[in-house]
Amino acid sequence: MSYRNYILVCGGTACESSKATEIYEALVNEIKHQNLTEEVQVIKTGCFGFCEQGPIVKILPEDSFYVQVTPADAKELVEEHIVKGREVKRLLYNKDKSKKHAKVEDIEFYQKQFRIVLRNCGFIDPENIDEYIAREGYAALEKVLFEMTPDQVIDELRTAGLRGRGGAGFPTWMKWNFTKQANGECKYVVCNADEGDPGAYMDRSTLEGDPHSVLEAMTIAGRTVGANQGFIYIRAEYPLAIHRLEIAMAQAREYGLLGKNILNSGFDFDIEIRLGAGAFVCGEETALLASIEGKRGMPVPRPPFPAVKGLWGMPTVINNVETWANIPVIMLKGGDWFSQIGTADSHGTKVFALTGKIRNSGLVEVPMGTTLREIIYDIGGGIANDRKFKAVQTGGPSGGVITADYLDTPIDFASLTKLGSMMGSGGMIVMDEDDCIVDVAKFYLNFSVEESCGKCSPCRIGGRTLANLLEKITKGNGELKDIEQMKEIGSAMKKASLCALGQTAPNPILSTLNYFEDEYMAHIVDKKCPAGKCKSLITYNILEDKCIGCTACARKCPVGAISGERRSVHVIDQAACIKCGACFDTCKFGAIEVR
Amino acid sequence: MNTVHMKINGKPVEIEAGSNILAAAKKANVNIPTLCYHPDLPAWAACGLCVVKQENSPKLLRACAAPVQENLSIITHDAELYQIRKTVIEMILSTHPNDCLMCARNGTCELQRFAAEFGVREQPYEVRLVDLPKDTSTTSIVLDPSKCIKCGRCVQVCQDMQGVFALEFIGRGDHTVVSPAADLPLNDSPCIKCGQCSAHCPVGAIYEKDEIGDFVRAVSNPELHVVTQIAPAVRVALGESFNLPAGTITTGKIYSALRRLGVAKVFDTNFSADLTIMEEGSELVKRLTTGKGAIPQITSCCPAWTDYMEKYYPDMIPNFSTAKSPMMMQGAITKTYYAEKANVDPATIYSVAIMPCTAKKYEIGRDDNMHASGFKDVDLVLTTREFARLIKASGIDFLTLEDEKADSPIGEYAGAGTIFGNTGGVMEAALRTAYNLMTGEDLKNVEIDAVRGMEGVRTGEVDIKGTTLKVAVAHGMANVSTLLEEVREAKANGDEPPYHFIEVMACRGGCVSGGGQPYATTDEVRAQRIAGLYTDDEQSEVRCSHQNPEIKQIYADYLGAPLSEKSHHLLHTTYTERPLYKH
Repeated sequence: MSYRNYILVCGGTACESSKATEIYEALVNEIKHQNLTEEVQVIKTGCFGFCEQGPIVKILPEDSFYVQVTPADAKELVEEHIVKGREVKRLLYNKDKSKKHAKVEDIEFYQKQFRIVLRNCGFIDPENIDEYIAREGYAALEKVLFEMTPDQVIDELRTAGLRGRGGAGFPTWMKWNFTKQANGECKYVVCNADEGDPGAYMDRSTLEGDPHSVLEAMTIAGRTVGANQGFIYIRAEYPLAIHRLEIAMAQAREYGLLGKNILNSGFDFDIEIRLGAGAFVCGEETALLASIEGKRGMPVPRPPFPAVKGLWGMPTVINNVETWANIPVIMLKGGDWFSQIGTADSHGTKVFALTGKIRNSGLVEVPMGTTLREIIYDIGGGIANDRKFKAVQTGGPSGGVITADYLDTPIDFASLTKLGSMMGSGGMIVMDEDDCIVDVAKFYLNFSVEESCGKCSPCRIGGRTLANLLEKITKGNGELKDIEQMKEIGSAMKKASLCALGQTAPNPILSTLNYFEDEYMAHIVDKKCPAGKCKSLITYNILEDKCIGCTACARKCPVGAISGERRSVHVIDQAACIKCGACFDTCKFGAIEVR
Repeated sequence: MNTVHMKINGKPVEIEAGSNILAAAKKANVNIPTLCYHPDLPAWAACGLCVVKQENSPKLLRACAAPVQENLSIITHDAELYQIRKTVIEMILSTHPNDCLMCARNGTCELQRFAAEFGVREQPYEVRLVDLPKDTSTTSIVLDPSKCIKCGRCVQVCQDMQGVFALEFIGRGDHTVVSPAADLPLNDSPCIKCGQCSAHCPVGAIYEKDEIGDFVRAVSNPELHVVTQIAPAVRVALGESFNLPAGTITTGKIYSALRRLGVAKVFDTNFSADLTIMEEGSELVKRLTTGKGAIPQITSCCPAWTDYMEKYYPDMIPNFSTAKSPMMMQGAITKTYYAEKANVDPATIYSVAIMPCTAKKYEIGRDDNMHASGFKDVDLVLTTREFARLIKASGIDFLTLEDEKADSPIGEYAGAGTIFGNTGGVMEAALRTAYNLMTGEDLKNVEIDAVRGMEGVRTGEVDIKGTTLKVAVAHGMANVSTLLEEVREAKANGDEPPYHFIEVMACRGGCVSGGGQPYATTDEVRAQRIAGLYTDDEQSEVRCSHQNPEIKQIYADYLGAPLSEKSHHLLHTTYTERPLYKH
């Protein structure tokens, strides 16, 4: 049965938190009210990616892209667009365009994107397996089961050159091949969905928008390496993703695509979900496996690698969500096709969660080799509020900053590492001139310190010492020797920590020290925070020539630190001031300066 | 044996496949520093000191965890590694109190050693100490969380080696501490006081409760008649504290030292080991011949083991031999038999036991059965480590002491008594006497190889003139579960018990590597100490407990016969189910 119109409502966590469910229900009710249920279908999809503009509603076949929709808009959307065939201009994203219909492809945000991983996100109802199947879902599994040998699958992956998207970029075919060749009573397939970088939500969106792609891929891996059991390790903070995975698994079992004798091939494979408590370190594969086993989530030394000795000592393939989502497409379109995308060393695409001081924040998938400038300016629309770009942080707490000088670097695994950052799992946070680089480093260090498991001494002790040194510097108590200490500790942590969390935890400091040593010096020597962020290093002052004595600031000041008669110049009592910035934000005359 | 060829600092090394790089380096005469690795335990890879470079690779390897590989070329020491290690040591020191002079591990601390070797002269980093109180809840060991460097050895020992699970990491990141579950006091946890954690701790975070002061006060009290006993395993380990090789038999010097310390009488626990064999052996024969009492009979001379079974396998309590441990038997007869013989008021006797074991400190206060004499049967237990310190602090030049003899009437021992200190020894001693009890004859060859060795679980059959005795030996607490599960299963299925007699010792190798023995115990050291005990046995004129003249005398003069009423009162005890966690 086909419908005259399809109304796609974004059902990602971000839009859901902005009442997407109510919008969906309002639209369904409105369609019912207008007696259009036979002609119009309302679908809740996965994430469209353009989170800045959410909640998003897309209406097909016109491809009208409505943004920042509220439940109250449902009636108008149905009455105008569906009934009268007139787009609701005020809700269209590119309403200024002269074109009759604003197609998604016309939106800059999507123009440079290339969607493999997110191919179905925003297109299908993730809670309906038929929609996945309609878009070639499970065709790859069928091909693998009936037309390919396990070695051919691995060869295809090798040709594709797919590398792990979780951060380290290890060739996927090698992992699979190690597990395939390893001996074990049984073998396991594990999906690492313990996404934990601050600001990153690529994996969550993939699972919310297209859960079957991961299930299909894991089943393909099971067939290839000889495993009959899979586990998805996902943090409990992702309830929607878990819910959709559970629905998807039930539907797949019902369709004979999961469980015993899949598609009558004689191959058995099933998947269980294991919930994590949200420890960042459990994204490290050995800690993750320990956690699945019910042990404290702490990394163990490798080798042996999980591929050979993993879950309960058995050979285990463990890949990240984004890696999995690539697999079915590679099996269908071929490794050659995939290897044409991207750069020489990094094939395919990468999903980034673009956030920070950017105009269009959201989830973007670009071919490897796209430059940072293209992502930030073309896709992201540049820096918000016309501020100046300062740096972009990639790789989350394991990564580093990249400055304007390197914006034309094509993104791939090697180039980012060379710049002292890393690909990581895909967090990309843009900073402007108002961001203090020492404060940024402190933020990431504090994250790593909080998330350290405490097992190895370099990370456990070094991390806290580094974080405290940064605290000391931002408090205005920094000394020159602190820089040396940070470098010394940072380098010992990099070399002597047990797992990647500890080895990369100093990166935010080492990389900012490398590019912004002046700013550290300003904090340490001049006792100034150039970005005006570090409270201990700034003072608010009222400019005599600009203050008109309106008393607005004095009334806003939460501690009564501002005094002055009406219509005369006000004064801030520096001893009482808590540097909250309320006066600065309140003054309409630019009479308050930060020094 | 698969051999791997590799290079350490350019020098070719041949080593068994499966070894780690630490072992390969040792073969090349190179020591790589480590604070968390211990040869008894799988690599935990926490401290970060043992990092080494692999030629042509930017990543460092942890020598403790990385397996050797063909053609591997490793650099163990260079300027960068020196700096990294020094930084790591300085970082660890920044979270460790620098009160070395007042520390239980002053002079034996592994961290102190590295700080000295790396010439740490200042504290460059911010100092952050853990401000938590000591756990002194047990009478055996003290936990000092402020000293803990989170190397994880104690947790691994407690969980993997001993299967006790009293200790675990609690909290995360730099809030991590080692503690019993739910931060309970150690005494309310499943802890069995074996003290293996203290024997493996590289620093002063876990140590035996020091009671030297009580001893010194007792010997200087003219009202008190101080008598001592020394456990079998002490005599082959104490010498290590005076730079003698492990396994050196120092029995005569120990007797001599005790007299110089001012004790009135020097007895030997080995005598009561023989007494234990008489009681336990008779008990076994009785169970086997009368069908009364649970089979298999399981030894009960190890207090950590009895504590473990009372907590983890209470259903098997009937299988325990009711015989007390040699130390407690010695204590009971000291204040009765000896007191009578020597005409000493038992109320004035202060009975001290020198033991390889921290659980012995717990055992003396276990329950009322430990007051069989009407007094506290054993007043004080000093571990071998405390005893060594006591000798040194008392100015005794141990190495030049003349050998002396123990005092009568409870100081003489057979070879069987001395091998109580090693795994398989109690079994062998018991079989020597059981053979006699069952056949009326003595074994021609008293050395029973079937029960000797270091495998964690050993089983065998012993032919006693046509009767086959199925025996099993387990040591290292975690190894015992396989045996007990086997027994449980047979019982559940209504099958014949798989064994007649089981010997269990909580510590790997037996008492020779008890929790109170000198530090740096490894399997090599265990083997040397065990060899020392077997030598002591071989050199004994009398090899079987029932042939010990003083044993014959005590039965003739005082106890009557094994399992007599008097024996039961003084030498036997009861066991009770205990909760894993006290609420």
